[in-house]
Amino acid sequence: MHEFAVLRVATKQLLPFIWLFALYVQTHGDYGPGGGFQAGVIFASGFILYGLVYGVGKARRIVQYRVLIILVALGALIFSGVGVWALFAGGNFLEYAVFADDPAAGNHLGIFIIELGVGITVAAVMTAIFFAFTGRSH
Amino acid sequence: MISSHLPALQVVLPLISAPVCVLIRKGLVAWMFAVAVSWITFVIALALLVHVVANGPLSYAMGGWAAPYGIVYRIDLLTAFVLIIVAGMGALVTTSAFRVAPGDMSRDHQNFFFGIFLLVLTGLLGITVTGDAFNLYVFLEISSLASYALVALGRDRRALMAAFQYLIMGTIGATFILAGIGLLYAVTGTLNMEDLAQRLQQVDDSRAVKAAFAFIVVGASLKLALFPLHAWLPNAYTHAPALVSAFLAATATKVGVYVLVRFIYTVFGGVFSFETMSLGPILMVFGLCAALVSSLVAIFQENVKRMFAYSSVAQIGYMVLGLSFASHTGLTAAIVHIFNHAAMKGALFLALACAVYRLGSVELSELRGLGRRMPITFACIVIAGLSLIGVPLTGGFVSKWYLVSAALEQDLWLVAAAVLVSSLFAVVYVWRVVEVAYFQSPPDGKGARCEAPASLVIPTVALAVACIYFGIDTEPTVGVARAAANELLASIP
Repeated sequence: MHEFAVLRVATKQLLPFIWLFALYVQTHGDYGPGGGFQAGVIFASGFILYGLVYGVGKARRIVQYRVLIILVALGALIFSGVGVWALFAGGNFLEYAVFADDPAAGNHLGIFIIELGVGITVAAVMTAIFFAFTGRSH
Repeated sequence: MISSHLPALQVVLPLISAPVCVLIRKGLVAWMFAVAVSWITFVIALALLVHVVANGPLSYAMGGWAAPYGIVYRIDLLTAFVLIIVAGMGALVTTSAFRVAPGDMSRDHQNFFFGIFLLVLTGLLGITVTGDAFNLYVFLEISSLASYALVALGRDRRALMAAFQYLIMGTIGATFILAGIGLLYAVTGTLNMEDLAQRLQQVDDSRAVKAAFAFIVVGASLKLALFPLHAWLPNAYTHAPALVSAFLAATATKVGVYVLVRFIYTVFGGVFSFETMSLGPILMVFGLCAALVSSLVAIFQENVKRMFAYSSVAQIGYMVLGLSFASHTGLTAAIVHIFNHAAMKGALFLALACAVYRLGSVELSELRGLGRRMPITFACIVIAGLSLIGVPLTGGFVSKWYLVSAALEQDLWLVAAAVLVSSLFAVVYVWRVVEVAYFQSPPDGKGARCEAPASLVIPTVALAVACIYFGIDTEPTVGVARAAANELLASIP
């Protein structure tokens, strides 16, 4: 890969923007197109691009597999945890309206946290799948 | 406060516990956690059954959004009955997983096994409790994807191929169901099952509804492994880890039968299903073929797991046959057999898990003399085998009694005779196992007793006892099944 200087430099320049865009899609999911799933995929594509250009070994050193697995579980926990939180707050499962005095604000908060959980799990799973497929020869 | 949320907790508890199991890195701790969760899930299922028997059907609006706009969990007698079976098997199988690494899974990865297992449990419970057609599809995918992963954990590489085959066939089945649900949505504009049922009454002779019906019946038949669509099942059950076979054989296909019943009776209604679409003869032919052909094929198997897998296909044939009569007795027979078959197949496959634990394989030739070496395990195989045949005082007899009476009610003497003939085939293959285990001497130098660990034997014995108990005291099973059949048939206007 040493000869592809343009590719390597361009990748490095692009990475911050890819991740920033992912965060934008994540947080603006309730106003425009986007949401946790799309944001997670975009976020993971940053790591995948890095892995493709700089080699999987380097990418693996940045994102530990152990951490990935924890993130996969954590996202799912955040999602279902919000649902259970609603139970304790006196609503039905996943009834976000009870999170705030104003039901609209409660719904907004609930969706936001849930999408965050989705984003984390999707990003981690996408990266883990990439590692699983590319890591077979090692 | 908790009691009113039981329908949600039934699904949410295993769902939220699955990622926790992944986060617990120690296999033993993960096992204890999974056992606690699966038993609490079972207690919730019991509480729901008690509640439904006493107070009638129960509804729960997810997220506080009222039906028909939001997703509703709806629990009637049939739902509660199937929940008990799934949750009970889940609890027994997780308990027996102590110290038994499935396949060649290293101790460090057992937390993943329990995580995936709880996801299958979540999916199967979710399919059962939901009153929303699309939500049913989502849970179907959760349980299916997780069970492909479980099957792939098998001991040798053939498990991967079996899991892949299962994945392809399962995905086709799920896609058919989704296509059917999509068509229904296009015609009626709703996904809530009760709302669907009402609106479908007002649609006359729509080709889209007929197509939807065909898609859903074929998709569900693939999922429950109805005879010509059963090819994935023997491989998946043979090569999956023994505990996984026990759980899937006792629950996954039964939930498939539940889905079929739910769509035939609750969504489309018996009149549309059996008169307009004349589903009865179709199910009857395939059910009978399943019972006869698969029982016959089972006789010639050398691998005992594969033998009982084919026998599962045959038993599913009985359930579908029960449905095909479109009568109260037939429906009762099908529902009772869901329970009794879960008990006997659970006992058989758990007993095989005991044998695998000691021997590493369950080829018939390996089982020589094992009746004396593992007396408790093989006593369970004999009891469950008797129930499989349908000997009086076992659960299997009760199911077959209702099945044959349903056939005789409609003067279908040939059908009744075919059920008896396929029971005779069952005598042959069960006898093959008994003969090898009890009447042949063990290989030289291997005569010592080698019973499996108590954690594995006790759940097996519990299921074998259930086979006998529910053959003598039929009130709990038949009573609920009858009432559930009443409820289903009452929904037909």
